[in-house]
Amino acid sequence: MSVHRRLAPFADRVLPWAATGAMFAALWSVFLYVPNERTMGPVQRIFYFHVNCWWAAYLGFFVAAGASGWYLWRGRSEHDWLARAAVEVGMLFCTIGLVTGPIWARPIWGTWWTWDPRLTMAVILWTIFSVYLVLRSSVRDDPEITRYAAVLAVVGVLDIPLIMISVRLWRGIHPSVISAPASKGGLEDPRMVVALLVTMVAFALLFAWLLWLRYEGLRLRDALHRVEDQMGEVAR
Amino acid sequence: MKGRRSPRSRPSSDADDDFSSHAPFAMADAVSGPTGGLVVHAEGLGKAFGRAVVLRDLTVSVTAGEVVALFGPNGAGKSTLLRLLATLMTPTAGFLRLFGDAGSSLEVRRRIGLVAHQSFLYPDLTARENLLFYAGMYGLEDAEARADAWLERVALADARARPVRLFSRGMEQRLALARALLHDPELILLDEPWSGLDAASTDWLDGLLLELRSRRRTVVVATHDFQRGLGVATRALIIHRGRLAWEMPIASDALVTVDAMYRQITGAVAA
Amino acid sequence: MSGAWRILHKDLVLELRTREALSGLVVLMLLILLTFTFALAPEGAAAAAPAVQWVTFVFAGLMAVQRAFLVERENGAWYGLLLCPIDRGAIFVAKMASNVIVLGAAQVVLLALLALFLGVPVPVAPLALVLVNLLGLIGFSALATLFAAISVRLRAREMMLPLLVLPLLVPLVICAVEASRITMAGGTLASAGAWVRVLATFDVIFSVAGWMVFEQLVQE
Repeated sequence: MSVHRRLAPFADRVLPWAATGAMFAALWSVFLYVPNERTMGPVQRIFYFHVNCWWAAYLGFFVAAGASGWYLWRGRSEHDWLARAAVEVGMLFCTIGLVTGPIWARPIWGTWWTWDPRLTMAVILWTIFSVYLVLRSSVRDDPEITRYAAVLAVVGVLDIPLIMISVRLWRGIHPSVISAPASKGGLEDPRMVVALLVTMVAFALLFAWLLWLRYEGLRLRDALHRVEDQMGEVAR
Repeated sequence: MKGRRSPRSRPSSDADDDFSSHAPFAMADAVSGPTGGLVVHAEGLGKAFGRAVVLRDLTVSVTAGEVVALFGPNGAGKSTLLRLLATLMTPTAGFLRLFGDAGSSLEVRRRIGLVAHQSFLYPDLTARENLLFYAGMYGLEDAEARADAWLERVALADARARPVRLFSRGMEQRLALARALLHDPELILLDEPWSGLDAASTDWLDGLLLELRSRRRTVVVATHDFQRGLGVATRALIIHRGRLAWEMPIASDALVTVDAMYRQITGAVAA
Repeated sequence: MSGAWRILHKDLVLELRTREALSGLVVLMLLILLTFTFALAPEGAAAAAPAVQWVTFVFAGLMAVQRAFLVERENGAWYGLLLCPIDRGAIFVAKMASNVIVLGAAQVVLLALLALFLGVPVPVAPLALVLVNLLGLIGFSALATLFAAISVRLRAREMMLPLLVLPLLVPLVICAVEASRITMAGGTLASAGAWVRVLATFDVIFSVAGWMVFEQLVQE
């Protein structure tokens, strides 16, 4: 918990401004700074948001799995709050990613959806962690549920490499499916690289800020409950 | 208390019709734990289920050979305390040391026996099969002999091949006692053990508890029945609203005092 | 591990005595298979056989795996198990093994019915097909048993188990169907190599994970 105390001043005071400022910088870089991409046109600008959503989602899920594993091992609530916050933030970015993907795909390839391995992976991850959220929302404050959800998060992330391999093999036998171009390799203009870096930093800060906010929310709710219980005890 | 004398002496003789008082498997004589006898050591023990705090700030020590009677109204936390002592639950506050060990290692579990409201018996297995299963799980070498001996002891030898599904409540309770004592545990935890027993079985159980006491087993009994509890106990604890409200050793004339204190603390009339 | 064996033995005795799990499971598989038969155009039915087999197996299996834990609910026998001086991972091993046996028996019947209803010819090298089915069976049992231990304690348990397990099963379904397709057509194990390797990895990872995590999972 000393980690929490050390982070708190920075997270409470600096992080909101840093994240907001960085997002403005990101918006500027994507809409004003960066030139149009040659083949895809203005629609390609979605890429800067879309690709960042993915790694933010993965980061969220991996943090969740790690925190869940630690919670199962040691049983400390802080790790459960971190895991839950990380899943929620990860799901937010995963959903945005899944929505921006088709928006980008439609004008480029003429189809809303493709079974590209990365997209397929994202859908499966989305379903795994949406069940996590269903589990957490079903009963309130039940310590059993937190353990079960933790197991789900750990097993889910363990499954990721297996899903990746099997989906890739599966796609290999259905080659008619359109695949996404190797977008990261195709940044010709150095300004695009700058924009990508700026958006990466912005998303990292935003991720951290959202995670912090949610974690604090869970922590404070727990503290509030404790105070209420103690007051209830005193009243008797 | 007028009426029945507290059964500190030998159980009445009509109980001997159904129950053999000496099993071939006499339990081992007095045991002494490695810690010099501190079987249970709880400090600040607490258990909460989410927001519901069932036990709080419980500090109690039980030495080997004590028979502790746990009294308290419904919902006070007696059953939860017994489950914590049985290692079926882990505390959410404070700590609990059993036989000097902090965790619920396999060795600790081997030395504990629990009889709860539920019998933990498989309804579709026969009485004997149930006992053999548990004997195997506890790694007892002489499983068959022990199972048969205990079936005799709880007067269920005739029903040994009958599935538990067909048992009466009293029979099931007696078999549950056999299950819990099969592996000769040092710490015996009983949650309302007299419930569901008829008069003869009740006397028999009193006798069994006295025998456990004479062999320096440690017993913790949760019960509503003051008379029975005090009849066998060396110490009384009163649990109220999750806290340890009262504690005292038992002398022969302690019944009136404890009863009055109980009423005062819980504000109830005979719970 | 003798604890696991004893629990398994007890479960098998109970199952043989009551015969609840297997009969219901077989009938359910039959009904799902029938539904597929009527839903599929007869010309494409044989080609769809591997897919039909595994979908049927998964959905019927999800209904059946909870029983391994429900059997411990009566009289609180589950707590009797928790009291025993055994490593609690052994309970998982026993329940998984019990599911493997029951589901395996049902799977044999399913394959026979599949051949009958969809007109699938018996392959020349059946050993490869048997192995593929075994690997799929084990992987499914590992994952489904682990989450059945969870779902039996939830209120909406019939709903939650599919929700929990189906997304995680995707690799198994993909690989089992493809490997079945290859081996049903008479292909050797080598020709289905990649799929079989993923299946085997899946089995190992989730069997071990289930065994390791079980102790923490059931502690109250």
